[in-house]
Amino acid sequence: MSAGRTLAPFGRRRALVVSERRVGAYAILELSDRDGPAPEPGQFFMLAAATCWGAGEDERPFLPRAFSAMGAAGGSLWFMLEDVGPGTHRLTTLRKGEPVWVLGPLGTPFAPPEDGRRPLLCGGGIGLPPLVFLSGALREAGLEPVLQLGFRDAHHAQVAAGFAHAQLATDDGSVGHHGLVTELLAAELDADPHAVVYACGPPGMLEAVRRLCVARDVPGRLALESGMACGYGACFGCVVPLAAGGYARVCVDGPVLDADAIAAVPAA
Amino acid sequence: MSVPVAFCGLELAHPVLNGSGTFDAIAARRVFGDALIADFPFSAFVSKTITLAPRDGNPPPRLWETASGMLNSIGLPNKGLHAYLAEDLPQLAALPVPLITNVMGATADELSALVEACDARDEISALELNVSCPNVATGLDLGADPASLAPVLRAVRPRTSKPLIVKLTPNTADVARVAEAAEAEGADAVSLINTLRGMAWHPDGSGRPWLGAGRGGLSGPAIRAVALAQVAAVADRVAVPVVGMGGIQTTAHARQFLEAGATLVAVGTESFRDPAVAGRIGVGIGDLATQSGSAAP
Repeated sequence: MSAGRTLAPFGRRRALVVSERRVGAYAILELSDRDGPAPEPGQFFMLAAATCWGAGEDERPFLPRAFSAMGAAGGSLWFMLEDVGPGTHRLTTLRKGEPVWVLGPLGTPFAPPEDGRRPLLCGGGIGLPPLVFLSGALREAGLEPVLQLGFRDAHHAQVAAGFAHAQLATDDGSVGHHGLVTELLAAELDADPHAVVYACGPPGMLEAVRRLCVARDVPGRLALESGMACGYGACFGCVVPLAAGGYARVCVDGPVLDADAIAAVPAA
Repeated sequence: MSVPVAFCGLELAHPVLNGSGTFDAIAARRVFGDALIADFPFSAFVSKTITLAPRDGNPPPRLWETASGMLNSIGLPNKGLHAYLAEDLPQLAALPVPLITNVMGATADELSALVEACDARDEISALELNVSCPNVATGLDLGADPASLAPVLRAVRPRTSKPLIVKLTPNTADVARVAEAAEAEGADAVSLINTLRGMAWHPDGSGRPWLGAGRGGLSGPAIRAVALAQVAAVADRVAVPVVGMGGIQTTAHARQFLEAGATLVAVGTESFRDPAVAGRIGVGIGDLATQSGSAAP
């Protein structure tokens, strides 16, 4: 993995759906993007169906939607989606061969671990994709990341079945640790604090990780999510408050930001 | 191929600009690298609104998707005049097109200071005044009423010899009357429309607005019909060039604005969906002109 961002080609381009399959509560979307450069873990893409984008609930969607890459290889990109609104609904009804507009890769990637620190990867639900991508890249680099994933229940946790090394937690205790994934993270930090935390997930979970990192003086790299219109710094809509005052744009200054740089993870 | 167009003494490669505040060329360079410069989509670059003092902008949430459009309440975040001139201007001067700097002030004195400082800089080819700023005395937008706009322009106009564009607000009873006042006070061009005032209610049933600032501005294809009507009304009443914008997504849309009397058009919200779209529209307009055998679209 590299320390710098991969630049995006200028303008959106057409990719094709290779496959879309349901895994529990989520959909895994594979796109063929032969014209685009491969992203670094932590980078994201703006996606929109090239047909029937609009005319859904409330005559939406209109804007493209931001998704972190879950993986990239051989001209394919993988994404994980959950049907929670008109944009994700349309994207989860795509079929093989349908065209999709993609813009990217966008944003800052995860920086590699420093000072021999142990990488702890902590994900909640839909925040899993960039951490799975990062986990693979760290393993290729000869490191042994700890991957911790939290879900609402067994239905949502099905997507983690393929990750043999992952520690799992569920809110209802149906799979793995009965409780929060941040409790697993705290236990790992108790065992060995010479670590660097990489996290992505819903705002409440991410805020808990941020507080944990700041309280224990452990470097934390948070991949943030925000509604955004453009993904490339134009709209100024996706801001997060900084500890030093003012705001950062999640799309160009992030999505990966240092835990101690952020004042608080904004509620969704 | 694109066909050049003359505008206030500037020779532009095609008639498509960006709407102020809808494209950050410095951020885009970080994302797209030199490809942005090689394929720069606009024939002149309009900066986001610059104010005398720095502004953080409004508290989030700042966006809401609507039917065929979006609401924003960004709140004009910018680093202030001094840092803009010192830090941004050298980077914007490296763009392959002329630079139009957009400024906003709450009083004639503030606007005069902004305009004077920009007038002194050769990197800036023209100025655009954002008059969608509440008048501190009346609470109305400066540009909502000819009587409040005229004295401001009278004070500001002598401060620069550069082309002065007045960006009109659509949130007024008679935009053509405001445009006439701008022309009478020496504006070299007018641009319209800015966003339409709008609101979204929080979907959680808590009985409050969604946007952090309460109100926002509506943009995108949802406002195109309104924009076209206002551009046509203004172009009928003023002799100065009109920059038309509001929901333009395609060459066909841009052509309608030009046929309604605009000299230039601008693309805003559609660039959020595809940053390269304005360049294709610029070429598309040129192709139409070439096909019809005329030199100007």
